[in-house]
Amino acid sequence: MRAFEYAAPKERRQALGLLGRSWGDTEILAGGTDLLSLMKDDIVTPKRLVNIKGVAGPELHAIMRKQNGVQIGALVHLADLPSASDIRERYPMLADAAMEAASPQIRNMATMGGNICQRPRCWYFRNGFGLLGQKDGKSLVMEGDNRYHAILGNEGPAYFVSPSSIVPSLIAYGAKVTLASASGTREVALEKFFVIPKDENQREHDLRPDEMLTLVTLPAPPAGAKVAHYEVRQKAAFDWPLATCAALLEMNGGTVKSARIVMGHVAPIPWVSNEAAQAMAGKPVTEETADAAGAAAVANAKSLGRNGYKIKLARVAVKRAILMAAKGGQA
Amino acid sequence: MAKRDDEIKQIPGEESGNGLSRRSFLKIGGLAAAVPVVTGPKIIQVGGEQVEVHGPHAAPITLMVNGKRQTLNVEPRVTLLDALREDLDVTGPKRVCDRGECGACTVLIDGKAVYSCSTLAIDAQGKEIVTIEGLMAGATQLSPVQEAYVQHDASQCGFCTSGFVTATTAFLRDHPNPTHEEMVRNLGGNFCRCGTYGGIREVVQAHAGGKRAATEAAGAVAVKGGF
Amino acid sequence: MADKYAWPAENERAYIGKRISRVDGPFKVSGRAKYTYDYNPKGLLYGAVLRSPYPKARIVSIDTSAAEKMPGVKSVHIVQKDPTGKPVTIQFAGDDVVAVAAQTEDQAEDALRAIKIQWEVLPHFVQDEKEPSGPLQGPTVMSQDDLVGALSNQMPQGQLIQQLKTNGVSFKVDDEFIKQMKQFNIPQPIIDAVQQAPYHPEAQNQPQSPYKEVRNETKGDPDSGFKSADVTHEGLYGSTVITHCCMEAHGVVAEWPDPDHLLVHISTQSVSSMPGQIAGGLKAQGVNIDAANIRVEQQNVGGGFGSKFSADRWGVYVPMLSKKAGGAPVKVMLERDAELEVAGARPSHYARVKIAATRDGKITAWDANGWGTGGPGGGAAPPLPYVFDVPNQRNRYISVSTNTGPSRAWRAPQHPQAAVITMGALEDLAAKLNMNPVEFFRKNIEYVTEARRQIYLDELDIADKMMNFSSRWHPRGQGGSGMMRQGLGLSIHTWGGRGHNSNCDFTIHPDGSVDIKMGTQDLGTGTRTAILIVAADTLGIPMEQINLHIGDSSYPTSGGSGGSTTIGGVSSSTRRGAVDARDALFAKVAPALGSTPDKLVARNGKIFVEGDESKALTWKQACAKIGPMPITVQGKNPGPENLTNSGVGGVQMADVSVDTETGIVKVNKMVAVQDCGLVIDLKTAESQVLGALVMGVSYALFEEKIYDPSTGVMLNDNMEFYRLAGLGDIPEMQVHMMTGKGYDERGVIGLAEPPTVSPGAAISNAVANAIGVRVPYLPITPDRVLQALESEEKGARA
Repeated sequence: MRAFEYAAPKERRQALGLLGRSWGDTEILAGGTDLLSLMKDDIVTPKRLVNIKGVAGPELHAIMRKQNGVQIGALVHLADLPSASDIRERYPMLADAAMEAASPQIRNMATMGGNICQRPRCWYFRNGFGLLGQKDGKSLVMEGDNRYHAILGNEGPAYFVSPSSIVPSLIAYGAKVTLASASGTREVALEKFFVIPKDENQREHDLRPDEMLTLVTLPAPPAGAKVAHYEVRQKAAFDWPLATCAALLEMNGGTVKSARIVMGHVAPIPWVSNEAAQAMAGKPVTEETADAAGAAAVANAKSLGRNGYKIKLARVAVKRAILMAAKGGQA
Repeated sequence: MAKRDDEIKQIPGEESGNGLSRRSFLKIGGLAAAVPVVTGPKIIQVGGEQVEVHGPHAAPITLMVNGKRQTLNVEPRVTLLDALREDLDVTGPKRVCDRGECGACTVLIDGKAVYSCSTLAIDAQGKEIVTIEGLMAGATQLSPVQEAYVQHDASQCGFCTSGFVTATTAFLRDHPNPTHEEMVRNLGGNFCRCGTYGGIREVVQAHAGGKRAATEAAGAVAVKGGF
Repeated sequence: MADKYAWPAENERAYIGKRISRVDGPFKVSGRAKYTYDYNPKGLLYGAVLRSPYPKARIVSIDTSAAEKMPGVKSVHIVQKDPTGKPVTIQFAGDDVVAVAAQTEDQAEDALRAIKIQWEVLPHFVQDEKEPSGPLQGPTVMSQDDLVGALSNQMPQGQLIQQLKTNGVSFKVDDEFIKQMKQFNIPQPIIDAVQQAPYHPEAQNQPQSPYKEVRNETKGDPDSGFKSADVTHEGLYGSTVITHCCMEAHGVVAEWPDPDHLLVHISTQSVSSMPGQIAGGLKAQGVNIDAANIRVEQQNVGGGFGSKFSADRWGVYVPMLSKKAGGAPVKVMLERDAELEVAGARPSHYARVKIAATRDGKITAWDANGWGTGGPGGGAAPPLPYVFDVPNQRNRYISVSTNTGPSRAWRAPQHPQAAVITMGALEDLAAKLNMNPVEFFRKNIEYVTEARRQIYLDELDIADKMMNFSSRWHPRGQGGSGMMRQGLGLSIHTWGGRGHNSNCDFTIHPDGSVDIKMGTQDLGTGTRTAILIVAADTLGIPMEQINLHIGDSSYPTSGGSGGSTTIGGVSSSTRRGAVDARDALFAKVAPALGSTPDKLVARNGKIFVEGDESKALTWKQACAKIGPMPITVQGKNPGPENLTNSGVGGVQMADVSVDTETGIVKVNKMVAVQDCGLVIDLKTAESQVLGALVMGVSYALFEEKIYDPSTGVMLNDNMEFYRLAGLGDIPEMQVHMMTGKGYDERGVIGLAEPPTVSPGAAISNAVANAIGVRVPYLPITPDRVLQALESEEKGARA
């Protein structure tokens, strides 16, 4: 790891003041589970780390009920989500996604904000070929081994997949994030926070180098909504999913009034499938309708060469999430 | 990962603004030689307030390890794992992947199992750090979990064992009657290459059944001498 | 006396064959066991290594001048330096190029970034899965590059000599070349073979190709074998390159206490052979030191699995770094990426197999076209067909040279891959005949070597019962109608496992304490425990009363721990040493007991006259009669009487579920029935088998070294995408050790390799049984399962 300066401010305004103007100047240290690996691999080489864990006040650290919704501080640990009654009882899909994420050691360290801002696991990126995985202007992903790469939103030049297995659930619940800088704060729908970069200087989200993600705000869950999160994962635990889906179904008696279907690990951004949602609207949940929604979700998917199987997996993830949601979510 | 960066990158001077003064910031390579070695933090002005900035040079930090207060001199880039192993000679936690992927470096910080390879030493100040060495029931007496690991032959080469025992200790403390699913989810952060999972599963099952098995061979529970 | 060393009869054993907890367990579970990685001598310097980012490149120049001036840097050593000054060509990404030692690890890494290397990047080749097409290398005459490649990639000596003898060399072997080989400490038999090799200058123009035919043999009459068959099957089988991924990386701590003595801690499977290897390597660097002045120490080793027999480059450059730093201790442990890239690889083996049988299930012919890679040096042919030496065979094998990390022995070298190919083809043929594979294997048992026919038949019976295999077996593809399909599969395997050469000093002191010194090592297999069990049972005293010292090259030499040779070697040398020491003690105490030494018995902490326990001395009383000088004898293996043996058989069965929508395989249950002669410690023996099953599930489902075709780097050089099985991926496991009459008399036979052979084949067969189609290659990942199902559907539609 390269040398860096380290500051652990106690006040939010100090933390914001310590952030740099361009990427490479500073990085925010929270859980550190992704950042330190990126630094050891020489992928991210900040001159300064700003450790925000000691920033005083409940804003960053607490889960608070706000009006009918809930505010989750950026520094809340993943391990604390399932055990918080506000989350467990009202946002069970989020509790479940957090419980399934990574390993207990990581869940004890990693934070809500860090989970949202974590960098892609694309092996070209992690091997030093840049976020877009290019060499001499050519995409190594397209020419090489893309078995874990994007099947949607993969027109290029970005082919990596969005790494969080929690974000799809947050988006399905309609989450917003608060981004603070020394000059003020702004609130962005989490869905809009993620962007597909067009060049190597862009990141995969809308956070600016001098900004800090401080809060995740969830509106009240729709009354009687049925939810479930499904991960297609080869190993029983601690394994990056091959495809995930968060499904939120608002019911009208026996039929779906409206649905939110958000897929993960299939595109450079969390992928909101309006096609799948429309396919479910006005329909009862059956094996056939759920499968049709899955088919609609991947109708525009395209293989990069080695990842065609992921189209099937994404379709299955959507189908199973919808079926599980209708059955009342998972245990 | 093959490091493919064999040239020194030019580090631009930091922009003024945010209340920071313009100055050249040198951090690596031959350039680092030019940085005078100072101990203790710098104080810089941020929006009219004073903030301590540490490093990049080594500075003294204090860690509470297995109940003992220890002071050591490290750069901010030193991980807790390396500080424990190299500076304090606490070598129970192992360095295997060094990326938070294998669990061999697991320690307890304020009672929670974490990867010490993914924690900076400077960031572990003011917290209770417990390593495998601190989990013994007495100076030479194994804890029940350690004893069960011996009993069920849940270690072979032993290099993952420290981390596994530490993770198991935290897991069984929080889940006195664990289900299979809880075990899979909560001991999923550790890997073993020799394949001792069968024994580890028995350790957990024995605990769940309330059985604290007695050891078979005399003298197996006490640690004496040394290998 | 006849049979004085023979293993004690069952009723005379207090420990042997019982379930004994490993003696080093308490040290490992408390974090107190010290490994090479943990050794922190005073004044330790930390090394870091610049590795090649390119799979094939010529090093034009290296400039370390800036690095040498970096803060904390104490020494710099160029690893890739040809003594003649010729530019070195790197053959795989990750190879060590320059090593630096500094006061902290971060300083050493900083210094690496200041090293300037000019590379001439050359075209590379990393593809091994596709069936070779295009020209083969001409007659396999060795060029100078081939020879250097074979030497640096540790091609087995016998194979190399044979190749030189048969095919010759394409370059003129002059005195200068011989001199250089000597300088590099190349073994004399190889130098002789090079000198005597036929010279074929015309072969210099042979086509450049990564493909080389290394086997082309016909036995019997395959054509008529196929003609006489009722059923023929053709299939594709294989397993990709995997890596060892030892938890403790390879690495070294070395220091020169004075200019003539070197102390080395190295993570190794072969303590006794290290001084010689290191001395040889240093000699090539111009540093002369007698092997006798090198002391190698290692108390514990965090896994080896076959990858830690060589001193390796680091076994030489770390002492060099130390020497250049005035002898200060230097530590280099490989980073995980390097560990996965360069320090472990099991060769891939693929084959297109044609196999035929009569209607009643008798195999009539076998034809295999195989290929695979072991890295830059290519690979040797696997033993095909495996276990079943069927009549009328044709076997062809093409070695593929790739710019990937060189292969190392991996638990039962070549056998797991051979089992995947052979057992897969057999199971597919049985499926075509609609036969339960247990029945099919029985039907063809005559093709198994006679010595093990009955063992396999017994084991098949036992495994069948443990798994309820035959009662639950269903024809292929009838594993259910929903998305989840269940299936059963089996495989059988063999291994040698005779005890290696081993020596120990065995001492009984006048105060009754006992000392054993042996230059062996305990890889976590339970070697320490086994030695103490044998010694304690021979002397009739508790294990705790015996002090055991291993892991030091200054102790009597004992073989490397590989090929399942350790247990037979160390138990036999210990037994002989213990018997001789005990008999010497008997001679000293016989007069006091009014008897003769041959009438005495040592048991339950006493020495007594056989048949009259009233004439007894306690162990302590007896030892007091030794006199002032302790009894010391040397125990050896081999030696009089056969205490160890070779040739085991094992049967494994797997029960799997496959999610046909996602292609995810879950192993539900595995059973292993294993013979290994006399079991010394049932507990650690079972752990070996259980561990092998876990490793087997891991390589069957998850493990694969993935190389990028365009850059030639290993893409998954970490532990998140180089997947190892976790606790939740492990099935219910049952182990049955074949012990007692008919087995114990065979003597002690090694166990680590055999149970690792079958899991991949058994799981692959179970998957085929479940989903009705073969997934050709291991690991059986979702993409491969879905692809197989899709091709089956297409086939069905066509």
